[in-house]
Amino acid sequence: MSVAGEAAAARRIAPVPTKAQRWRRRYGLPAVGMFIILVWIVVAITAPLLSPYDPNLVDVSNRLKPPSGEHWLGTDALGRDVFTRLLYGSRISLTTGFVVVLVGAFFGTLLGGIAAFARGKVEEIIMRLTDLVLCFPPIILALAIAAALGIGTVNTIIAMLAVWWPKFARLAHSMVLTQRSQEYVEAAVVAGFGPGRILFRHIIPNSIGPLIVLVTLDIGNAVITFAGLSFLGLGVVPPTAEWGSMVAEGRELVAQWWVATFPGFCILSIVLGFNFLGDGVRDWLDPKARKR
Amino acid sequence: MTKTLKAELGRVATGADAPALEVKNLHTQFFTDDGVVSAVDGVSFTVKQGEALGIVGESGSGKSVTALSLMRLLDEPARITEGEVRFQGRDVLAMSPEELRSVRGDRMAMVFQDPMTSLNPVLKIAKQLIETMVVHGRFTEAEASKRAVDLLGRMGVTAPERAVESYPHQFSGGMRQRVMLALGMSNEPALLIADEPTTALDVTIQAQILDLIRELNRDYGTSVVLISHDLGVIARVCHRTIVMYSGEVVEEGLTEDLLADPRHPYTWALINAVPRIDEARPLDRRLTTIEGQPPDPLNLPQGCRFAPRCPFRVEKCDVHPDLAEVAPGRKARCWVTQAGTTLPKKTLRATAASAEATPPRVIAGRDEAPLLKLRDVVKHFPLPKTGYFQPRRVVHAVDNVDLDVFRGETVGLVGESGCGKSTIARLVMRIHQPDSGEIIFDGHDIAKSTQKQIRPLRRRMQMVFQDPYGSLNPRMTVGDIIAEPLLFHGITKGKAETQERVDELLNIVGLNPRVGRRYSYEFSGGQRQRVSIARALAVRPDFIVADEPISALDVNIQAQIINLMLDLQERFGLTYLFIAHDLAVVRHISDRVVVLYLGKVMEIAPADRLFDRPLHPYTRYLLSAAPIPDAAVERERGYLKLEGEPPSSISPPSGCRFRTRCPLAKPICASEPPPLVEHEPGHLAACHFAGQLK
Repeated sequence: MSVAGEAAAARRIAPVPTKAQRWRRRYGLPAVGMFIILVWIVVAITAPLLSPYDPNLVDVSNRLKPPSGEHWLGTDALGRDVFTRLLYGSRISLTTGFVVVLVGAFFGTLLGGIAAFARGKVEEIIMRLTDLVLCFPPIILALAIAAALGIGTVNTIIAMLAVWWPKFARLAHSMVLTQRSQEYVEAAVVAGFGPGRILFRHIIPNSIGPLIVLVTLDIGNAVITFAGLSFLGLGVVPPTAEWGSMVAEGRELVAQWWVATFPGFCILSIVLGFNFLGDGVRDWLDPKARKR
Repeated sequence: MTKTLKAELGRVATGADAPALEVKNLHTQFFTDDGVVSAVDGVSFTVKQGEALGIVGESGSGKSVTALSLMRLLDEPARITEGEVRFQGRDVLAMSPEELRSVRGDRMAMVFQDPMTSLNPVLKIAKQLIETMVVHGRFTEAEASKRAVDLLGRMGVTAPERAVESYPHQFSGGMRQRVMLALGMSNEPALLIADEPTTALDVTIQAQILDLIRELNRDYGTSVVLISHDLGVIARVCHRTIVMYSGEVVEEGLTEDLLADPRHPYTWALINAVPRIDEARPLDRRLTTIEGQPPDPLNLPQGCRFAPRCPFRVEKCDVHPDLAEVAPGRKARCWVTQAGTTLPKKTLRATAASAEATPPRVIAGRDEAPLLKLRDVVKHFPLPKTGYFQPRRVVHAVDNVDLDVFRGETVGLVGESGCGKSTIARLVMRIHQPDSGEIIFDGHDIAKSTQKQIRPLRRRMQMVFQDPYGSLNPRMTVGDIIAEPLLFHGITKGKAETQERVDELLNIVGLNPRVGRRYSYEFSGGQRQRVSIARALAVRPDFIVADEPISALDVNIQAQIINLMLDLQERFGLTYLFIAHDLAVVRHISDRVVVLYLGKVMEIAPADRLFDRPLHPYTRYLLSAAPIPDAAVERERGYLKLEGEPPSSISPPSGCRFRTRCPLAKPICASEPPPLVEHEPGHLAACHFAGQLK
């Protein structure tokens, strides 16, 4: 074999990845994320079947017990089973995450889409309002609104929504702007279609991809924000089980580490799950990445 | 001219002792999810010292991947799996990354298709040029910066001292391609690989860049590999040409011989599919096309890869043929020509003299009032203000354009980018609203109408778009795309009737009605363009504006679409406003041609007349710049060189807009805009000195 031939052989040593390997490389983490989310959804639905305890039953004689066979993750300062409270807490986290992001995305997309399609004064008003809301640190603004509305899950969701829609409006605005200069939109104009039909049947369906990515990535974000607000004492009304407020309850109990640590892990896992999934959705929706 | 070229060819032939580049049995494969695609499948060729080699083929033929393989510029999942690339005797495939870097950009340089993205936007031109020269150790910083200015000057960049201090975005596409060539030539490479270097450029700029490449090849002895889909471009520059199809070389020979007498049916088809600018329009305007698509690279035919589409197919074609000599110095991968059969010659209808022999097409509507009449139409696009107190600047897209289109005729609209041809299309279709002027369609002035008022007229005027990928909604099935206007205008009612009409329309444009359930991304460019035409026909229009409907397609598909449009015109009596930058195509299908420059009409004339006896200097240059796919003609033809770039349409020149580049320009051209004057019946030109350019 010639020198060149050997070198050529050396070049080829790296094996060609198999189909399964390529799939794992691209969709491995998203699959993990999907799995985590599915597990949490199942847990949220079947919580009462998974634990024999009542999440809100106070049992002071059993307070601050470390993890054991009876109480897998120990008990908190009022003797409530931490594991049970975590299971029930997933209900609040998932619901608020989905509701805030989906409703926020709906209104944000609508406003951004209309702004980009209408141009002129309408665009100015909507987009400057968006800028205005984006000027404030979201969690502080949400905190202020929630404080004004009073404690409670619904009020906190409303407060979050007030700061949540602008990023969707921004994204939808830029998506619609790119789409409206496409030739298929001109073709729709030439066909004589009215503006509503063009916007809702042609432009928005083609702008939806990046919005879906943002929605998926953002649910984790919403979960963490809600937990943050609960941690600060807004959000849920006690004694409702919620991860953020559970962390808050446990933050001074240094010796009883289990009270704050496990809800922290729950928040971590669900946020990580949505982020993994969101990355996968982005790859999957990007035709260039998919072709490879 | 001929003499020097002969001498040059002689020199090339004697330089055979040490080829600049030798490629043997190159295989490049893409390991995709769906399987292994052999993009380059056993390609061999040599480039002699000082030779210019052309590589021709349609998209997907593997010509660009071949070019990238030569420099090992491919990333996973592509791999060079077999073969040899010897550059000046060294094996490129065996080089270490360091060796490879020292060769790239130094001895071997590459110019890419898209000049807009191949320069680093955040570095000054000077920095990019100097870096390339210094990094290979050929020049010191000081020498390099002096040389950078020299190089740009040599590449025809005006005011090179100032140009080196600019950023890429301050340059036009043509200028950037000059900078790319300067970059490529900065270390005096032995080999320049140019991958479709002029595809993104206008025809007059293309002529300038091709001249430049030819000079580099002739005066500096740089070997050139020029990749193009355009046979005319190849004819102008290359000594020898290889034709690629489906990853293989199917024919090889001297450019002149190959274009005059193709020995592979695919080459034959390529040559016959394109109309020629120096050819009068024949009575039967249908072009020779071949059926079908290139084979699926995942599922290649066992035998000859071209056989399924080949009109000369014989039984033996079930066996894969080798590339074998068919005549001295000529090779072809074809059983038919290897057996000595010659392919039918294209009969050329010669120009000027016999042009009068082809009677002009009879246009029934010529005696009536024009179907479409534009009078004094103006459209300026405002630009964002640069400062609050700055005056608002505008792009003068269309300025005082008059235009008539008679029922049943095809009017061709030509011009380079920025001349306003697409804007006119969008004004006529009222996607844009004109600033002033009249647009009269069949008696209705639609210039100021609202969309609602125009809606009934939308059933009579339709448009076919340029981009086959962008003009179909990707979220709708093809059937839904065609059905939507039918239902919207109430042309059909109910599911069954609509479905029937959609099927009928798909049939008319040559698609199987079954494809109606599929999405547009499952189709090739040509098929999408058919869908686009079907959508336009859905409302039974009598007038269609076609905005560059074929410029994104391969030549054979272009020919198919042209034939389809001609058929439809006959069948439904359609009137076309046909916009294109390919002059040969415009000559072929238009009855009358309108030449635009910077938003103004320069000349209007019947097609053959305009191409044989243009009156306006700009038209002369435009026609002269267009390359002809015939090496012999290209060689003999002394063509006019148009210097410089079109001026900005933000502040167009006073008077005649062409005067800044016109050799005839006199003071009057700056002070008085020339009116559009009828010099002969039907032949109008806007020039103070019409017909005076030698």
